[in-house]
Amino acid sequence: MENIEALREEVLAEVEKAVDLAALEEVRISALGKKGRITGLMKNLGKMDPDQRREFGQTLNLVKDQVAGAIDTRKTALEDAALEARLAGERIDVTLSSRPDETAGRIHPISQTIDEIVSIFGEMGFALAEGPDVEDDFHNFTALNIPPEHPAREMQDTFYLPEQEDGSRLVLRTHTSPVQIRTMQSKTPPIRIIAPGRTYRSDSDMTHTPMFHQVEGLVIDKKTHMGHLKGCLLEFVKTYFELDDVPVRYRPSFFPFTEPSAEMDIGCSRKGGELKIGEGDDWLEILGCGMVHPRVLAACGLDPNEYQGFAFGMGIERIAMLKYGIPDLRTFFDTDLRWLKHYGFVPLDVPNMVRG
Amino acid sequence: MKFTLNWLKQHLDTDASIEVVAEKLTDIGLEIESVTDRAAALADIRVAYIEEAGQHPDADRLKLCRVNTGDKMIQVVCGAPNARTGLKVALAQPGAIIPIDGSKLKPGKIRGVESQGMMCSTRELCLGEDHDGIIELPEDAEIGAPVAAVLGADDPIIEIGLTPNRPDCTGVRGIARDLAAAGIGTLKADPRQEAVAGSFDSPIGVTISGEIAANNAVPAFYGRYIRGVKNGESPDWLKARLEAIGLRPISALVDITNLVTHDLGRPLHVFDADKLSGDINVRYATNGEKIAALDNKEYELSDSMVVIADQAKALGIGGIIGGEETGCLDETVNVLVECALFDPISIAKTGRKLQINSDARYRFERGVDPQSIGWGMEVATHLITEICGGEVSHVVKAGEVPNPRNAFDLRIDRILELGGVAVEADRAIEILTALGFEVSGSAPVITAVAPTWRPDIIGEADLVEEVLRIVGYDKIPTVALERETSLPVPALSPMQKRVGLTRRVLASRGLYETVTWSFTDSRWAKLFGELKEGLYLANPISSDLDVMRPNALINMIAAAGRNQARGFADLSLFEVGPEFFGDQPGDQRLVAAGLRAGSTTPRSWTGSRRDVDVFDVKADVEALVDALGTNAANLQVNTEGAPAWYHPGRSAALQLGPKNVLGYFGELHPKVLKALGVKGRVVAFELFVENIPMPKKKGTARPALNASSFQSVERDFAFLLDDDVKAEAIVKAARSADRALITDVTIFDLYAGKGIEDGKKSLAFSITLQPTKATLTEEEIEAVSKKVVEAVQKATGGSLRA
Repeated sequence: MENIEALREEVLAEVEKAVDLAALEEVRISALGKKGRITGLMKNLGKMDPDQRREFGQTLNLVKDQVAGAIDTRKTALEDAALEARLAGERIDVTLSSRPDETAGRIHPISQTIDEIVSIFGEMGFALAEGPDVEDDFHNFTALNIPPEHPAREMQDTFYLPEQEDGSRLVLRTHTSPVQIRTMQSKTPPIRIIAPGRTYRSDSDMTHTPMFHQVEGLVIDKKTHMGHLKGCLLEFVKTYFELDDVPVRYRPSFFPFTEPSAEMDIGCSRKGGELKIGEGDDWLEILGCGMVHPRVLAACGLDPNEYQGFAFGMGIERIAMLKYGIPDLRTFFDTDLRWLKHYGFVPLDVPNMVRG
Repeated sequence: MKFTLNWLKQHLDTDASIEVVAEKLTDIGLEIESVTDRAAALADIRVAYIEEAGQHPDADRLKLCRVNTGDKMIQVVCGAPNARTGLKVALAQPGAIIPIDGSKLKPGKIRGVESQGMMCSTRELCLGEDHDGIIELPEDAEIGAPVAAVLGADDPIIEIGLTPNRPDCTGVRGIARDLAAAGIGTLKADPRQEAVAGSFDSPIGVTISGEIAANNAVPAFYGRYIRGVKNGESPDWLKARLEAIGLRPISALVDITNLVTHDLGRPLHVFDADKLSGDINVRYATNGEKIAALDNKEYELSDSMVVIADQAKALGIGGIIGGEETGCLDETVNVLVECALFDPISIAKTGRKLQINSDARYRFERGVDPQSIGWGMEVATHLITEICGGEVSHVVKAGEVPNPRNAFDLRIDRILELGGVAVEADRAIEILTALGFEVSGSAPVITAVAPTWRPDIIGEADLVEEVLRIVGYDKIPTVALERETSLPVPALSPMQKRVGLTRRVLASRGLYETVTWSFTDSRWAKLFGELKEGLYLANPISSDLDVMRPNALINMIAAAGRNQARGFADLSLFEVGPEFFGDQPGDQRLVAAGLRAGSTTPRSWTGSRRDVDVFDVKADVEALVDALGTNAANLQVNTEGAPAWYHPGRSAALQLGPKNVLGYFGELHPKVLKALGVKGRVVAFELFVENIPMPKKKGTARPALNASSFQSVERDFAFLLDDDVKAEAIVKAARSADRALITDVTIFDLYAGKGIEDGKKSLAFSITLQPTKATLTEEEIEAVSKKVVEAVQKATGGSLRA
C-alpha cells in the first residue's frame, strides 16, 4: 500500500511538472497507458486473494481516478495557455480604416421627393400617370383653356421646336397639366391621378432653371368639391412635412384651367433668417389648385354637367428645398459629386406610408 | 399694381385700418405683395422753424441758422440756397435715422461752427428726386409735429399681385369695388364721370380705316378738343400720388393721363393739337413705317400693328405708346384727348413683337371696360379743365361702343356642389350685385348679367367663384377625400415599379443618381448619331443647350469632366431619364444610363483600389437586367453591336434575339471623351428599360426549387487558345458537353505573357456537375470531363494544358 501512495505522489508531481501537452501525454502514457505504472499494478490484482484484492483494488481505483482527473485539469490549463499565447500573437491594429465601401450610391433628392409624393397620394387612391416631354399646342395650351394670344400664355415662357410643315409648333411642356388632358381623354371617371415629371420654361436666374419638375394631381368624379380639395391637400402637407398640424390658407387666384381657382399657403416663420414650416405668423405659397374648368372637361369629351373635380400642381424642387433645407435650385442639375453625396438618399430608404 | 391707402379711400368710404384692408385684399384674391409704411421711416424727422438764417462766419455759401424745434432753440449750419428766415423745415436732430442711407445723424462742426441738426431735402427723405434745396413745409405746419403727416407721406403704399383675369382691378376704383362687396366700406360715387357739355365742334375729326373696322381691332375711338389750356407742373396732390407709386411727374397733361390709367384702369392719350396735320385716322401701319415713341426709342412697325395717325404720319402705336413728336410740352395750348378701345389680342401681339411694356398695353391686353370710353373721356375733361383750364369741344366719335350683356344662370345649389359650402340665395345675390352684376330671378336659379368691366366671367363656375371668394375660402369646410376602397389600389403600373427599382438597384451598386438637362449642346449631340432638325429648339436658352438630347449619356459625360476639374476623378453616376429620337409627342424613350471613371474606391491600405473597367459596367447592366426579371445569362453579347460613341474593341450590345437591343456597355470612345472635356478612360452603359420584356406569366408564384440531395462536383480545365477566341464560345462549348449534368461554367483564370507564346492565351475554367439521381462515380466524372475537353477543342481549336 505504501507503494501505491508513493506512486500517486510521484505521478501527480510529474503531471504538475509537465510544461506542454506533449509532456503531459508522456506522463499519461507512463502512468495510465497499456504499459503504465498504474495499469501494471491493476494487472497484478488478479493474482491476489479476494480480500486483498478488494482492499487493494479500491485504493488503486481511487488513485487512478485522481491521476486521470489531475491530467485532465492540467490539460485544460495547458490548452488555455496555448490559445492565449496564439491570440496574443495575432493582435492587429483595428484602428486602421475600414475596407472602402463600393456600394455607397445615392438617390437624387428629386427622385426621392417624387417617391414620397406618390406614396402619400397613392395612399389616397391616386395612380401615377405620365406624359411626353414634347407636347402639342392642344394638350399644353388649348385644351387647358389657354387660347392663342391669351395673356396667360405669357405667364409661361415657352420653349418651341421648329415650325412644322402645317405651320404648327410643338412645345416642351410648360407644366404637367397636359397629363390631365391625356388622362381624361383616355379614361372614364372616376379618375385620381398624380403626375410628376420634367417641365420646361425659358427662364434662367437665381430662382429659375430652364428645366424643373412639377407634380400634377387630378380627381374627377361626380361629387368631389372644393372641401375635398382642401382635405386632400391638408393631408398631403401634414404628411409630407411630417408635422401633426400645419396652418394652411387658400387664396382665390387665377389659372385658365380651373374655376374656382386658389393658391395654397402654409404657415411658417422666418425668424432670424431661418425658415420653419408649420409655425409662426408668416405664409409661404406652395401650390396652385382649383376645380377643373368646365371648358377643360368639355375639351376632353367629358360633360361638365355630369363630371367635376379638382386639380393641383406644385414644384417638386421647391418642396424638396423646403423639406430638406437645400438652399439653391440650380445645384439640383449640377451633378456635383459633393452635392449628390450630401443631399442624396440611401437607396434602401424607400418612402412608404407605413414606415413613414 | 400699386396704390396708397388714402388713394383707395377716395373711392371707398371706410374706417378700416391698413391691416384689415391688406388682409381682406388677399382673402378676396387680390394678393398683397407688400405694404410700405413710409411714416415709420420718417418717424425721427420733425417740423422746425428757422427763426433766423444768418451768414456762416467762414463760408460764403453756408448759412448759420437759429432753429426752433418746439422745445428748444438749436444752431444748424445749412448749405441749401433756400434756407431762409421764417421757413418751416423738416429737421433731423442728432440720433435721427436719415432715410436715404439709414445713417444715424451725429452732431458735428462744419467749418469750425457747431451744427446740432440737419434740414432735409426731398431726396434725403426718399420722397422724391429733388435735391436742389431743403423741403419747404406749409406755414401752418405745427412745429415739433412729425413731417410724415404734414407731407402726406404717412399714407402706406400697397402693392398687389394682379392675376391676368382682372382688368377691372388695374385701377384703384375696381379694387375699391371688390373691397366694398367684401364688406370693407362702401363705394363712393365718382362725380368726375358726369358728362361735360362741349361748347364747340372739334376742328379735328376722327375716322377708323375700313380694314381696322373689319377686324374689329379698334371698335371705337373718341376725341375731344380742348383749347386754351395752360400746361405746367401738376398740383402737389397729383405729383404726390404718382410719386407714391413710383411714377415721375412730367407735366399736368401727361400726369392726368397717368392718373386716370392707374385710378380707373382707363388709359388715355393727349396730343398737342397744334402739331397735328388734319384729321385723326386709325389705321394699320405700313411695313417698315417708323415712329419715335415717348420712351425715346424708335420702333419699326409692320402691317399688323395699329397706329393712330393724322393725315401726314403715325402719331402713336395704338393702345401701347404715344409718339414723341406730338406729345404735350409746357408750352402746349390746344390739345386733343384720345379715349379709345383696342382689341386685346391685337395689343398683346404688337406689344410682344415690339417688346414694349407700357401701362396702357398692360390694361388693354387684359381688356378695358368698353363703357369706359365714355366716362373716361369725361373724367379726363374734368381733370384737365380743373388743373389746366381751357374750353371744351363736343366729343367726336368713330366706331361703335360694344355693350356686352353676358347673362349666365347660377343654380344656387351649384355653390354647394362645386364649392362645398352652402350659401343662401339672398347672400349670393347681394354679393353679385355689389360686384356690379345685374341679378334677376330667385332660388333655385338666378340669372346674372356680368358687368362690362368683367370680361373674365364666362359661365356658371365663374359666378360660383365670385360668390365664394367674397364669402371667403376659409368658410369652405375641410373634407377628407373619400376612399373608393378600404385599401388603396396600387399607384404604380408594373413598368413604373420597374423604373423605381432601376434607380434603387443602381444606387445600391454604388452609383450616384443625377438629373441633367433634357437638352444639350448640338456640337456634342452630333457625336451621338445624326441629329434631326426637329429636335433643335427654336428659342434655346443658350447656344450650348440648343437641342433635345438624343442620348442620356451626353450631359453626364460633360458632368464627369466638371467633377474631374474640381478634383473628383473617381466617379460613378447614373441617370434614369428620357432621350429623344423624333419630333413628335412620345418620340422619346426611357433610358437608364450610367458611367464609371477613375478608380473603384479611394486609396486604401487594404490594396483593394483598382481602375474601373468594362466589366464593372457589364456587371451593373447584368445586375439590373436580373433585378428587372430577365435572366442576364440569357442575353447575347453582340460585340459588333455597340454604337460609334463606344470603343470599338471594348464594347457590346446586349440583345434578346437579333432585334431586341436592351442596351449597350463598354468603354467610351476617346474622341467623344476629348470633345466633352473628360480625361482618362470612362466606361458606361445604357439600358432601355422599356425593352426588357415584362414577364408573360401572370401571378406571383415562382417555379419550384429543385435542390438535389446529391453532392455536386467541380472539375478544373486550362486551355491554350488563340487570342481572339471568345470566352463566351468556351463557356457555351463546355456547357453543351452535357446540358443536364453541367449546371455552371466559371472562368477563373486568364493569362497571357511570359511562358505563353505570342498570339495565344491561357484560359482556365471550372465546371460544376450536379447529379440528381445518384452520387457521381469517378468514371462518370471522367466521361463528362472528356466530353468537355472534346467540345471545347472542337469549338475553339485550343489545346488542353497539362
